[in-house]
Amino acid sequence: MDFTVALAQIKPKLGCLDDNMALVEAAIEKGIAAGADLIVFPELALTGYFLKDLVPEVALRLDAPQIEKLKTLSKRISIAIGFVEVSSDFRFFNSALYLEEGEIRHVHRKVYLPTYGLFDEQRYMARGERLRAFDTRFGRVGMLICEDMWHLSAPYVLAMDGAMTLLCLSSSPGRGVSGTEGLGSAAAWQKLTSTTAMFLNCRVFYCNRVGYEDGINFWGGSEAISPSGEVTDRGAILEEDLVIAKVDGGALRRERIFSPIMRDENLAITVKELKRIDREKEY
Amino acid sequence: MGALSVNTALLRQILVGFVRDEVCKVGLKKGVLGLSGGIDSALVAYIAAEALGPENVYAYCMPYRTSNPESEAHARLVAESLGINFKVIEITGMVDAYFDLYPEASNMRRGNKMARERMTILYDHSAEVAGLVLGTSNKTELLLGYGTLHGDMASALNPIGDIYKSQVWELSEAMGVPHEVIEKKPSADLWAGQTDEQELGFTYRDADELLYRMVDQRMSREELIAAGFDAQFIDNVHRKVQGSHFKRRLPIIAKVSNRTIDRDFRYARDWGK
Repeated sequence: MDFTVALAQIKPKLGCLDDNMALVEAAIEKGIAAGADLIVFPELALTGYFLKDLVPEVALRLDAPQIEKLKTLSKRISIAIGFVEVSSDFRFFNSALYLEEGEIRHVHRKVYLPTYGLFDEQRYMARGERLRAFDTRFGRVGMLICEDMWHLSAPYVLAMDGAMTLLCLSSSPGRGVSGTEGLGSAAAWQKLTSTTAMFLNCRVFYCNRVGYEDGINFWGGSEAISPSGEVTDRGAILEEDLVIAKVDGGALRRERIFSPIMRDENLAITVKELKRIDREKEY
Repeated sequence: MGALSVNTALLRQILVGFVRDEVCKVGLKKGVLGLSGGIDSALVAYIAAEALGPENVYAYCMPYRTSNPESEAHARLVAESLGINFKVIEITGMVDAYFDLYPEASNMRRGNKMARERMTILYDHSAEVAGLVLGTSNKTELLLGYGTLHGDMASALNPIGDIYKSQVWELSEAMGVPHEVIEKKPSADLWAGQTDEQELGFTYRDADELLYRMVDQRMSREELIAAGFDAQFIDNVHRKVQGSHFKRRLPIIAKVSNRTIDRDFRYARDWGK
């Protein structure tokens, strides 16, 4: 089916749930007005990124009023959004929610928490342990949060689980201003999103935030990528934006006829060899 | 070489956005800075004027009686070409009043006092005009510790602290800083004829090439030597970086409680903004 996706490149305020809910609602209204069927927000859209000790203070249970509100809104538009989730045993997760038709369809907890360089996630958050695709009105979808995408196995597993659309929610800091072209981190991401789409014959929707936190900039540049790896729409760099991407449903079918890489993927060999490697590995 | 060359259009966009975002975020719209007549403060003035509008930038030139008159002339030139607010506040009276008590004080003590005197003036004026003090120390100076703690190293925001002196030159060209300012020899103007490079014992260009590889690329001493850097130069620069590290950190607090500021009481400075 053809559908329209909005990528909401917002600028959350650090630790301010109410202000960020207002930003989210405003973007949703704009998305609906632009005819979008699905709106994707960045990683930690409700909270901001460099939370540190704020993590427990801004964490939400899945029955929180804010999430109830998003559920109601999802009757009008499907929503993918990042927030801090607290579990009943008080673990805190960097999570992404997928809401549709008034219900939570899926919760993805970030598996790969970067804790190096300028990142400090694992100090404050617990690691997700699952990668699962799920069904939506746009077909089967998989969600990834930022660093998850940098581990080849993560989008691979989702694609093998049947995902034909990958949503990547991101808070990627801009780094590496050099002589040649754009930002180092933007150039790397652009290669990554496009290659992932091409390898897995999947659509990729990448939503990255903007703004500054303690001098660190988030570069935006959200993208819609077709299953052939071609970027069809791209958001502004370093500025707020709402990218509206019209998805040609037939393009995925045609790509999978033209390039049946996923059809030919041999899960049995992969599993067999991974098991062997795991067995032989010295932990 | 040439690894230090930057995409100036992109760098400009990030730094201008940074100043605008960080000033507005605290509910203000003005920036305050010391304009020495040198390139670093000139570049910050250019960035601030673009970010906040020239009418919201307040520049202060704070000469001492022995300062080179050319410095004030260059500061004025920058202020006039941008159309920012400009005021000259001479520090001779306050500095001399203090050193009348300590006539034997060394050049270093005098220079440090002047730098701190200027910073108290900037903070006072930041309260007067309701603005934030913009820092003007570049990455080379910060890494070498070539600055005065609580003096010129102090600020509320520093847009150029992550770019090397060579990149300051490149960005200044791109942003239209007057050539007189770009082309003169860097000097803290502490005494007649003083230049930074003479005092440091090496050029900023050489230091930048080394620091970029040492700090940003994390090349080992062996790799730096293999890349053609002199071992003594490497050790000299390394010693300066290590020896000045205290200047780049907050004061340390003796830890006795369960949650001590900055050890395990950790929030971003932009908390709630």
